[in-house]
Amino acid sequence: MNPQVTYKPSEEVDFVIVGSGAAGGVLAKELSTAGFKVVVLEQGRWVPPSEFGHDEIAQSQEHTLTNNSQQQPQTFRKTPQDKAEKQLSAIYGRCVGGGTVHFTANFWRFHEIDFIERSRRGPVAGTAFADWPLTYADLEPYYTKLEWEVGVSGLAGASPFDPYRSKPYPLPPLPVKSSGVIFERAAWKVGLHPFPSPMAILSQPYRGRAGCIHCGRCLGFGCEVGAKSSTLASVIPVAQQTGRCEIRTHSYAFRVETDRHDRAKGVAYFDGRGRQHFQKGRAVILSANGAETPRLLLLSSSRRYPQGLANSSGLVGKHLMINGYSGVLAAFEQPLNDYSSAAVSRVLHDFYEIDPKLGFYGGGGLDARFGRTPINFALGAVPPEVPRWGKAYKNWLAETFSHSMFVTCHATSLPVENNSFSLDPDLKDAWGLPALRMTYRDHPDDLKTVKYLQDRALELLAASPATHVWPQPVQEQTRAVHLLGTCRMGNDPKTSVVNADHRTHDVPNLFLCDGSSFVTSGRGQPTMTIEALAFRAADRIADAARRGEI
Amino acid sequence: MNPNSGHESNRREFLVTGLRGAGGVWASLHWPAVMVAAQHAAHMREAIPPAKLEVLTADQAAEIEAAANRIIPTDDTPGAREAGVIYFIDRALGTFATDSRGDYEKGLPVLQAKTRELFPDSKKFSQATPEQQDAVLKALEGQPIFELIFSHTVMGFLADPARGGNRGGVGWKLIGFDDNATFAPPFGYYDRDYPGWQPPKEK
Repeated sequence: MNPQVTYKPSEEVDFVIVGSGAAGGVLAKELSTAGFKVVVLEQGRWVPPSEFGHDEIAQSQEHTLTNNSQQQPQTFRKTPQDKAEKQLSAIYGRCVGGGTVHFTANFWRFHEIDFIERSRRGPVAGTAFADWPLTYADLEPYYTKLEWEVGVSGLAGASPFDPYRSKPYPLPPLPVKSSGVIFERAAWKVGLHPFPSPMAILSQPYRGRAGCIHCGRCLGFGCEVGAKSSTLASVIPVAQQTGRCEIRTHSYAFRVETDRHDRAKGVAYFDGRGRQHFQKGRAVILSANGAETPRLLLLSSSRRYPQGLANSSGLVGKHLMINGYSGVLAAFEQPLNDYSSAAVSRVLHDFYEIDPKLGFYGGGGLDARFGRTPINFALGAVPPEVPRWGKAYKNWLAETFSHSMFVTCHATSLPVENNSFSLDPDLKDAWGLPALRMTYRDHPDDLKTVKYLQDRALELLAASPATHVWPQPVQEQTRAVHLLGTCRMGNDPKTSVVNADHRTHDVPNLFLCDGSSFVTSGRGQPTMTIEALAFRAADRIADAARRGEI
Repeated sequence: MNPNSGHESNRREFLVTGLRGAGGVWASLHWPAVMVAAQHAAHMREAIPPAKLEVLTADQAAEIEAAANRIIPTDDTPGAREAGVIYFIDRALGTFATDSRGDYEKGLPVLQAKTRELFPDSKKFSQATPEQQDAVLKALEGQPIFELIFSHTVMGFLADPARGGNRGGVGWKLIGFDDNATFAPPFGYYDRDYPGWQPPKEK
């Protein structure tokens, strides 16, 4: 953390960026190093690494790194016909670095197919399945740049399903864990192709940052030593060192203002004491995540834009995708101690594209992982046939926690128009703003996909020395941590919100860059692609700015 | 430090800055394991709060603790009682779970009413026999008071001891969780003698 420049809100900076997470952190670094003046409005606080700690209560009950329902309640419903009930459904990072601070750090590139799947597969009924307006080849240089800028550990060429890459990983894979060895050996046996998981965690010291010390608190926790390649640990310090970028914390954006020429003038926000300010900017970039970016556009409605800013398509907030998920808990005779080191050490992509002849669309990846910290495990991982409390429960915990692992299945979600974020008509947040309302029901193909993948996970585990396996029930999801597709990109202003350069079709100096830009969902690890898109967007936006075309 | 955060530099950051300032390459790249281990050990020594009640009355605590002791009973290994779960819960109600105070106030009479309904001889849950207590809890599964005591008991058994429960790390010991600040391979039984990633020869 470094001293940084500060701007007055009345000073018109080149870019006002809302959000300092996966996309906002990258954009801040790229645009400030390119010579532009940047203010980043971050609603959360700057959590110093000394506070990251290993306290599960701080993480799960006090929400030190994520949004909480006390300040920002949400509502949820399955379909537009249902009444939405109060429930925190969309979980996201709410601190400098956003979700990259607490994420598991799986860092899979999307494959070629992810960008062109609609034209390869044809339409899927009940969905807005579409190709992206860019291809893997357009993004490849930015995936590579990202890997080398933030530090990613992996083994190039280890997966026969991997897409083309122009450079190897900057760091070798993290050490394998017992879960990885079990997974790998069983996978080879059944003819699959396991490989060392690509992780945004430093396996060795890199660019002045420390390597992983294998404390095992990645999932849900910040990394005390900065080995996890969050934007907080990697690119944000570089942005600050330029002397042109201010990360302004406790700044909760609630409105993008425009002039009568349909140009953005800046962003109105509340500071930590609830006072309103207006930060002027020549251009505005929303990287507030796939929930808050569309919410902010909807909150910015006016007489001129009755259905929200940049929403002539009517698609702002729609086509939410959250990635399908299923898992199997497996127990073994000997201890795995899977709570140590990074969550995942082996993965496989053999089912990235499930055979269309099976009659449904989908695909995904399987990994071997530590899925739950002690309290989370004891409250949430207990199979239905195990007593919920008492001596048998205690015995099960004692026998299972250190002797088990999860095989998890990460999968596609289809873009369904009804699945969305919108403004709740009744509930307000602590600032008096309409609360976020999530509407979501998995497409039937998404549920078939995760069931199919879970069956493959069970086959794999049958070839392992597992003594017990417990498939977790496959059911409709009501909670999301991947917030994708809600301001989708495309060439046609009628069917998309932003173009391939993340510029909104309606407001020429307003850009949206985060999970909301996705057209399809990928296979469950979106953060890397959000960051790669941000590197590319920064190039395109900086070029346009230099040409006077913003 | 970020100028906006308002937090004062703590000891570790001071030390880290000092090490980096000294320009030692070894220090800048290897400090984390050393520092984290030291910090962690200090935290474990200093942070255990005293075992006394601040929020709950003795009567309330006796009822909750009796239920916690059935949820994670004591047998040949420590249970909720030895872990001091009740002190975790009391502390929770004064910190992150203040919203739950009312839920206990509303819920404990439900627990007692169910006890009297099933076992008229017992006025309070804590006066019933362990077998009777199990029957009462079984009858209340799914009810707010049961779910509240259950989740708080589990948290108090497995949370960082600095939160007031999990005394001496008895919960962690039971489930085989080591709260080490750092680990090194091999991490478990199955990754010993791993020869390295080597795909089988394709036939």
